[in-house]
Amino acid sequence: MKSHVWRPLFVALGIVILILIARQILVPKDFGIHERGYMYGFYRKSNEEDWKNFAVKYRSAEYCKDCHSDKHSMIMQTPHAVIQCENCHGPALEHPSNPPKLAIDRSRAECLRCHFPLPYPTSGRANIRGIDPEKHNPDIECTMCHNPHKPKIGGTK
Amino acid sequence: MINRRDFLKNAAKGIAGLALPLAAIEIVSPRKLFAARGDVGKESKLRWAFLVDTYKCVGCGLCVKACKLENEIPYDANVTRTWVERYVLTKDGRMFGDTPKGARDGFATSKIDLGGGKFQDIKKEDIDKAFFVPKLCNQCENPPCVQVCPVGATYQTPDGVVLVDRKWCIGCGYCIMACPYGVRFFHPVHKVAEKCNFCYHRITKGMKTACIQACPFGARMIGNVKDPNDPVTRVIRTQRVSVLKDEYGTRPQVYYIGISREVI
Repeated sequence: MKSHVWRPLFVALGIVILILIARQILVPKDFGIHERGYMYGFYRKSNEEDWKNFAVKYRSAEYCKDCHSDKHSMIMQTPHAVIQCENCHGPALEHPSNPPKLAIDRSRAECLRCHFPLPYPTSGRANIRGIDPEKHNPDIECTMCHNPHKPKIGGTK
Repeated sequence: MINRRDFLKNAAKGIAGLALPLAAIEIVSPRKLFAARGDVGKESKLRWAFLVDTYKCVGCGLCVKACKLENEIPYDANVTRTWVERYVLTKDGRMFGDTPKGARDGFATSKIDLGGGKFQDIKKEDIDKAFFVPKLCNQCENPPCVQVCPVGATYQTPDGVVLVDRKWCIGCGYCIMACPYGVRFFHPVHKVAEKCNFCYHRITKGMKTACIQACPFGARMIGNVKDPNDPVTRVIRTQRVSVLKDEYGTRPQVYYIGISREVI
């Protein structure tokens, strides 16, 4: 009656204690229940900081305009003023130190994002002038004739 | 043989015992616990919410491109944190919709991708209404994706954004199945669940999200719904806005202007 019941019980208890000790060592101190309660707030608090420290890549035109004021002031007078520099020039990252030169997207596809005509009555797209890419000089890049910083041939606005 | 006195005694004990577990849960309710610690008194004065104006969206997809590059989502893999859907409703009551590559390259064709290599071109005079709907994580007030996580790897911050702990996620995929909006996917590089987090690294620094910054037409906006003077909050409170799949009870926090009932 005595030993053959108690011995395996002690083994089981030992395993439970080992698991509890391992948990104490392995689970970080900030893992637990936070502001949003059991259901939505059970997590490792320092992960919020991990996400906040994620690298910013897109810097906005404000970052570009100090050095490239000529280009910035030119485009600001055209309908393309609403387009961020980095939409075509790519994310600035740490430019000019890294990368020293940005890869510019001059492809026809980049222009056709807006300038393929879609006459959708309930979308702003219908108000943008477009071209048929199969008929309008299909073999050359748009930038051969049009300057994206000064879109109309030979004029602004 | 049990006598009356013992029966009554045991019955009283039994009822008290049955009531105990419920009472125990009540005693350690986290809300009261945090109130006792003084954390709830300073409840977050910040709750991020998003506003999308579908009249302004032209379907250029620059938001999708910017999001993928900003958040290091493999550019050519068919996964994305945000995407743009096209809806075309015809006069004879048919509905067409597509989102090729999540609209990473915009919509440079009038042919609608029906899947399986089939395309449908719709004549201008047959269109009743047609529009673009940008989609992203709704950062729900009751996020089902968080409820199902078995390891506490996904959670909601005090300011309402649902994040994924990449070190903690075991990649089981429950959250991907649980999201009614399909915004979650498996990150092909990190091998964990991945989702839009309103560019948490940018909004916490006072910057706009990458998609908002990239949008030339102001179709996307972010704001704090706890601040009554915030321009986004004003629109949500005073104008006719809608949310996606309201009936699921998730209380999504991405509000839309100008969507119709066909949008899912």
